[in-house]
Amino acid sequence: MFRNQYDTDVTTWSPAGRLFQVEYAMEAVKQGSAAIGLRSKTRVVLACVNKSTSELSSHQKKIFKVDDHIGVAIAGLTADGRVLSRYLRNECINYSYTYESPLPIGRLVVQLADKAQVCTQRSWKRPYGVGLLVGGLDESGAHLYYNCPSGNYFEYEAFAIGSRSQAAKTYLERKFETFKDSSRDNLIKDALFALRETLQGEKLTSSVCTIAVVGVGEAFQILNQETVQGLINEFEIVGEELPPADEAAPPEQGSGAESGPSAAEQGAAPMDI
Amino acid sequence: MNVSDSTPAMNNLMGSEADSQRTLYPYVTGTSVVGIKYKDGILLAADMGGSYGSTLRYKTVERLKSVGKHSIIGASGEISDFQEIMRNLDDLILYDNMWDDGNSFGPKEVHNYLTRMMYNRRNKFNPLWNSLVLGGVKNGQKYLGTVSMIGVHYEDNHVATGFGNHLARPLLRDEWHENLTFEEGVKLLEKCMRVLLYRDRSAVNKLQIAKITEEGVTISQPYALKTFWGFSAFKNPTAGAEGSW
Repeated sequence: MFRNQYDTDVTTWSPAGRLFQVEYAMEAVKQGSAAIGLRSKTRVVLACVNKSTSELSSHQKKIFKVDDHIGVAIAGLTADGRVLSRYLRNECINYSYTYESPLPIGRLVVQLADKAQVCTQRSWKRPYGVGLLVGGLDESGAHLYYNCPSGNYFEYEAFAIGSRSQAAKTYLERKFETFKDSSRDNLIKDALFALRETLQGEKLTSSVCTIAVVGVGEAFQILNQETVQGLINEFEIVGEELPPADEAAPPEQGSGAESGPSAAEQGAAPMDI
Repeated sequence: MNVSDSTPAMNNLMGSEADSQRTLYPYVTGTSVVGIKYKDGILLAADMGGSYGSTLRYKTVERLKSVGKHSIIGASGEISDFQEIMRNLDDLILYDNMWDDGNSFGPKEVHNYLTRMMYNRRNKFNPLWNSLVLGGVKNGQKYLGTVSMIGVHYEDNHVATGFGNHLARPLLRDEWHENLTFEEGVKLLEKCMRVLLYRDRSAVNKLQIAKITEEGVTISQPYALKTFWGFSAFKNPTAGAEGSW
């Protein structure tokens, strides 16, 4: 994408009928580190790549529990993601308070999408620069949704967002038909395999990834590091070793100002996540 | 006189002018509602009386209504407040249906919504002057609960409002059991309603029974209970005091 005279304001249409600011926001999602979601009839697994800027710093939090029955994985501007997670938690807890019942995920994602849409139609706002994979339950079982900065949302059997997500999507496209009746372990295994695809040969260990599960009868929880490492070893999916200098993956951002465009995207290269 | 005392900002709820803005006493009231769980769902009973103080003024007041697909509600207390509650509930169900997404409010959700509504009004010193019974079935789960005008709420296998708590509940505690058939349930409710008819001065002999099961809601046509007044003590009541009536 190149700079043009229609891309300054979110409230300016281009002659081709595009809102460039919204599209730039979606670029921010593509630059973030990968997040993956997949679901069976009764369970959703969320997985994401969690790299820290240096050995001294902690990892950026990219998976958030929203309620016992809903969790989100984000890619893009993590600050925007954090703020939206707080909104989602608020909506869930208010609904629970009034109705003593969990907010159906289908309704939550519509509310989130409407909130994102507002930012595409106000001259004094900017779109949220984060994509959210929302996984959770309602009356009819487990669901996975993707919420876009544009205010659109879609339901998926499996999806991946962020940098090098295409590799994961290719893997998921091959395997998704088996997910519906998959067991818990197999679903997590598939998530780890898909995650490994985005690492492009780097070693998959529990220190670079985060996995979370939610299911019917199983409250949302982020698996701890030992459990994840155990599962990785069990599934024998450690990739080849690569010297760190070769690392092409975008490092996680805390509050640092490093901005290295990862893949060969020209023009807009918003801050690395 | 301080000008600031009479501005809207100084809205003292305990002042006499402000009293016209909140409910102080009920005017047209319904009496007891009785509800039980039975084998296939819930049964509610209530008479059709609307009393104006001690006058039995209105005799075709429907105090049992359905709420959405999965619940029924019975109200005692101020009838106009019940009408307001029904307006709110109908809106709630409407917006729930407008999502059109396969999810729907069950009796538990409606009961809690009502509890919040009643309690919030109570906190503003402007209550909806009702005691409500809320029952329903969803996905095979039976639910029966009650909410009072101050927001006290609970669930049980059998509930009642007003005089029903004193006269009907003891009967139900003795004779209710799981797996009552529909006929047994109705018979039990009629027994309760008959006692209420004899002993509650605001009861009228015209009642409805509402049934809710997984299949749906049925509210019966109004009918009357048979009563017996042929006690020997009632014959020649003035025998011991000639001239009295």
